[in-house]
Amino acid sequence: MSTTSASTGAAGPVEPAYRRHIGYQSGLLGLVTLVAAALLVVADRLTREPIALRQAEDLKASLAQVVPESLHDNDLVADALTIEPAQGAPVRVYRGLRDGAVTAVAFQVTGQGYGGAIQVILGLDPQGRMLGARVLSHKETPGLGDKIEVAKDGWILAFDGRSLGDPPEDRWAVKKDGGDFDQFSGATITPRGVVRAIKGGLLLFAAHRDTLLAPPTDVNDEGRSTP
Amino acid sequence: MSNQTSAGAPIQWGRIAGDGLWGNNVILAQGLALCPTLAVTGTATNGLGMGLATTAVLVASNLLIALLAPAVTAEVRIPVYIVVIATLVTLVDLGLNAFAHELYKVLGLFIALIVVNCAILGRAEAFASKNPVGASVFDGLMAGLGFTAVLVVLGGVREVIGSGTLFAGASQLLGPALAPLELHLIPDYRGFLLAILPPGGFLALGFLLAAKRVVERRSRRRALALERAKATPA
Repeated sequence: MSTTSASTGAAGPVEPAYRRHIGYQSGLLGLVTLVAAALLVVADRLTREPIALRQAEDLKASLAQVVPESLHDNDLVADALTIEPAQGAPVRVYRGLRDGAVTAVAFQVTGQGYGGAIQVILGLDPQGRMLGARVLSHKETPGLGDKIEVAKDGWILAFDGRSLGDPPEDRWAVKKDGGDFDQFSGATITPRGVVRAIKGGLLLFAAHRDTLLAPPTDVNDEGRSTP
Repeated sequence: MSNQTSAGAPIQWGRIAGDGLWGNNVILAQGLALCPTLAVTGTATNGLGMGLATTAVLVASNLLIALLAPAVTAEVRIPVYIVVIATLVTLVDLGLNAFAHELYKVLGLFIALIVVNCAILGRAEAFASKNPVGASVFDGLMAGLGFTAVLVVLGGVREVIGSGTLFAGASQLLGPALAPLELHLIPDYRGFLLAILPPGGFLALGFLLAAKRVVERRSRRRALALERAKATPA
């Protein structure tokens, strides 16, 4: 202990000459960095599998919210397809199958809210009717905009069973914009963003319907092998 | 407080504890680490999770830096400390993501931001680099617990006022053992939005700082009166 405190002072009078050498200093920094990097490599290898498992659980849990288990007998994640819309990023579509036929699709859409992006997961049946929608994440104002969460309010359940024809396409908007869906008092931008995102999802499904509902037998074998 | 480092001086354990928990508290006295403090304390549970993660990093960084200090020269000390701290935070980040995933989803970005929590480099510079290993570890633990305590109090106050609950979601975020902590204090409470929003964090922190001043002034006055009372009859 006494040696420790004697040699620590940066401006200590007993500092040996080699410590002032540039080689010592850069060597020390290099050694510390090397050890740190090695530690991180080990930690990354140890945690990679659990983290991937947790993320897969998250995905499954959010898919289960919009695709009832009674509708499919497969693993939604295993029978997924990636479609490339005319504009925007590719969308990963998870498909529920029963006896080899597509019974449900689910995918994520993004809306612009008041506080940023709102992530919504959407479940549709083969006719394009909504099985349900749930907000996965958002940054809306607590108490005003967060009524889009099913835990806080039943608002999002109003979409169940709707489709592009019900209400007609031009009424897929909040009431303030001449549509059919309620806004919240004090928050219009948030529900508007969600309605737009869901409508966008329905249009996306309509545009790629044939690909998504294609008999999966031939697609399946390839689709399963690539995660 | 860094003047107690002269060679061979006995370690003042009580003083280290008092400084970390109250007298030189990271938030209440030093005013450091206010970003995570205000950002994550919407609920007591979040405050507790953030506090514990930070404490773990503080203890480990004080340990490693006290061990390294004799070899580290003044010129390279800052990069060496930062590498050590950043490595530790990344380890905590990976560990939480893998083994406390629900908490990780709530704290998210703020875990990575522990790297730039000035409290950690602050303790490394002011204490761990000049003191023996045991004392440094103890100092990190006490500073961390002081930080955690403030975060829990701040989160608790904001949660009770803002949503009428206390430690909501603790069993989900921190483990089922904490389920009895979850309280629903005010039934049918409609919530007081301001407390949960960022301004509520500033307000609550302001009241907390004021309360510390009041307590300290009172104890100083009491000590003074006691001294005077002792002095007069003699």
